[in-house]
Amino acid sequence: MEHTTSGENIIELKHISRTFDDGFRVVEDFNLTVKRGEFVTFLGPSGCGKTTTLRMIAGFDRPTEGELLLNGKDISDLPPNKRPINTVFQRYALFPHLNVFDNIAFGLKLKKLAKAEIVKKVKKALEMVDLEGFEDRTISTLSGGQQQRIAIARAIVNEPEILLLDEPLGALDLKMRKEMQLELKSMHQKLGITFIYVTHDQEEALTMSDKIVVMSEGKIQQAGTPEDIYNEPKNAFVADFIGESNIFSGIMTGKYRVRFCGAEFVCVDDVEHGTMIDAVVRPEDVILTTPEQGTIRGKVTSVIFKGVHYEITVLSGKNEIVVQSTKKAEEGSDVGILIEPEGIHIMLAEDVVNRIETGLNKDYSLQFLDGMLSCDLTQLFPNASFNSDGVLVDAHGDAIDAETVRIIVSVKPECIEMSDDKEAGLLRGHIINLIYKGDHYSYVVRTDEDEDFIVDDEYLWNMDDYVSLIIPKESFEYAVKK
Amino acid sequence: MQLRNKKMLCLPYGVFLVCFVLAPLLVIIYYAFTNGEGRFTVENLTGFFRSPKTTGTLLYSFGIAVVTTGVCLLLAYPIAYILARGKFQNKSVVLMLFVMPMWINFTLRITALKEILTVIEGNLSFHPFLNTVIGMTYDFLPFMILPIYTTLLKLDKSLLEAASDLGADPVQTFFQVTLPLSVPGIISGIFMVFLPSMTNYVVLDMLYNSTYIMGSLIGAYFAAYDWHGGSMIALVLLMIILVFTLFTNRYADEDAGNGRGGVVSR
Repeated sequence: MEHTTSGENIIELKHISRTFDDGFRVVEDFNLTVKRGEFVTFLGPSGCGKTTTLRMIAGFDRPTEGELLLNGKDISDLPPNKRPINTVFQRYALFPHLNVFDNIAFGLKLKKLAKAEIVKKVKKALEMVDLEGFEDRTISTLSGGQQQRIAIARAIVNEPEILLLDEPLGALDLKMRKEMQLELKSMHQKLGITFIYVTHDQEEALTMSDKIVVMSEGKIQQAGTPEDIYNEPKNAFVADFIGESNIFSGIMTGKYRVRFCGAEFVCVDDVEHGTMIDAVVRPEDVILTTPEQGTIRGKVTSVIFKGVHYEITVLSGKNEIVVQSTKKAEEGSDVGILIEPEGIHIMLAEDVVNRIETGLNKDYSLQFLDGMLSCDLTQLFPNASFNSDGVLVDAHGDAIDAETVRIIVSVKPECIEMSDDKEAGLLRGHIINLIYKGDHYSYVVRTDEDEDFIVDDEYLWNMDDYVSLIIPKESFEYAVKK
Repeated sequence: MQLRNKKMLCLPYGVFLVCFVLAPLLVIIYYAFTNGEGRFTVENLTGFFRSPKTTGTLLYSFGIAVVTTGVCLLLAYPIAYILARGKFQNKSVVLMLFVMPMWINFTLRITALKEILTVIEGNLSFHPFLNTVIGMTYDFLPFMILPIYTTLLKLDKSLLEAASDLGADPVQTFFQVTLPLSVPGIISGIFMVFLPSMTNYVVLDMLYNSTYIMGSLIGAYFAAYDWHGGSMIALVLLMIILVFTLFTNRYADEDAGNGRGGVVSR
């Protein structure tokens, strides 16, 4: 079995974990199979473990757990110099005491190749990176872009089975970076070797890769083709990291029907009726119309010119919607919003929690439920405290403006109890949906304030029942909206 | 106006420089090329190279300096390497242990060394060359360790990873990357050790040494009131140092340039 798969798969990472000496887990249960000749990109924010994973493949770092298979053989114990893998380093790492020729020939000389052959290979590698005749130049006389090319030449001249690239374009300016992206891509096609590329730049990843591995906090969030990652993000992190997106929490109200932002939309994903979901809408998929034509209405709060398009922010009820449009909109004008079914991507909500976003009153009480909840703000802001004048100040002693702060109040569905005594609970509303979940019913209650609450209850209620929601004050959790 | 005020800050050192460096230098040059009657002569210069005593001392000093520097380098490099590379809990404490002898009074150190050597050798005058080298190595070793340590510490680790990535084993990495890139530190160390060991005759004197090095020779001439001959020896020594400096300058410049030794992306 192993042998048949090893022909196609060049490298396999199986349950790879890496824990640093201080106990920090940089990479956790990383599983990935790379096919021969693929261009794979590890994409993620800094500190997500992508570089550490690359270093483990190169051999500079050792996995604490798991297997690293190259052509079906475990190479975890093989030092970097024994691996048929070469690296293009982040800051190039060219040898300053050697000239361009000796830098590129470094690996070939160690292999004890004949002098004539080395000269020939170095020449070919320099042609590959468009720096013919640079053999005798010293490294310090080269520009950043040229050093970058030499670093690539030095790696590919050894004809590795896998080429690792650790944010190689990070130090270049935008124009140069775009050029190099295309060049690297065509180089990959010409050489036919496997490329594993690390970047935090989502656009770079989308442009070059056959397969993108999105990472966050040491874990793979999603692996797939650029189209898959962009169009079908698996979770809110991926949707947010790849491109700009509007993410709304909502609920399925029927087959291909979803409710979010206070309106019902038609979508193309068939998810079970009553499921809590996150709906992803790309800014370019939002269509602005006149208020009468829109599914929902809103007010334009900002318009920013971005070159190819305008970035327009629309406030609809409590939701902010970012729109990209080639047509300008007037700030402060009323608009309607339409979203085509294809523009809505449904993701299953990971943890079903009722979240209410609310502001603060001047006396720091929560606007939600009109000050009935007591939330310790000094716990929400690091090192914040109330000064002698009763003003909330942060760690530096600067006042925190109550009006700009948004607080997210959350409560779990199982903490809410329903009652037909209208005065018993904090909130009142109609049951608009119910599903049986095996051992309990899951209800959606739309309150008089037009908020939807998910409530888990073991007793059967009827649709459209008017109920009050009993929520113990200690079951509320608070967080500051970033 | 402000710039001029700032330049005024140089004045104290300028005065010091003129009084204690420039003027004495001119005096030495004057004495070196005059005779007892104050007339110009090159007699002192030709005399220096004609006298087997002076040339012999020059060669002997040179030998002492070369051997001392060599021994220092052989001892210092591994120490500096281990210090810079090793995973010590507290690097500065370990480094301090090696530099600490510099905190102890020079006279005390050399006296202690003399007692130890006397116990081992019996009579110190049996091995003048060996004793001088031991004394000077003991005295100058930290000056060799520090610059090499600093250079190795600044060495970009990714260069070592690059070498290993390209197929070099640890030994090849050392000889092809680490060693060539620590040359500026080695040169600085040699500077700090070689020149003093040609002239620092106090070590010899304190070790009851009967041999002469360049420093002791100048001292002897001056003690005999031969200002002209002594000045010429000092001048010759100065020239040797100058030539030595010019020869090694291009390496030292690189050190001053930057830590990675050349590659900084712009």
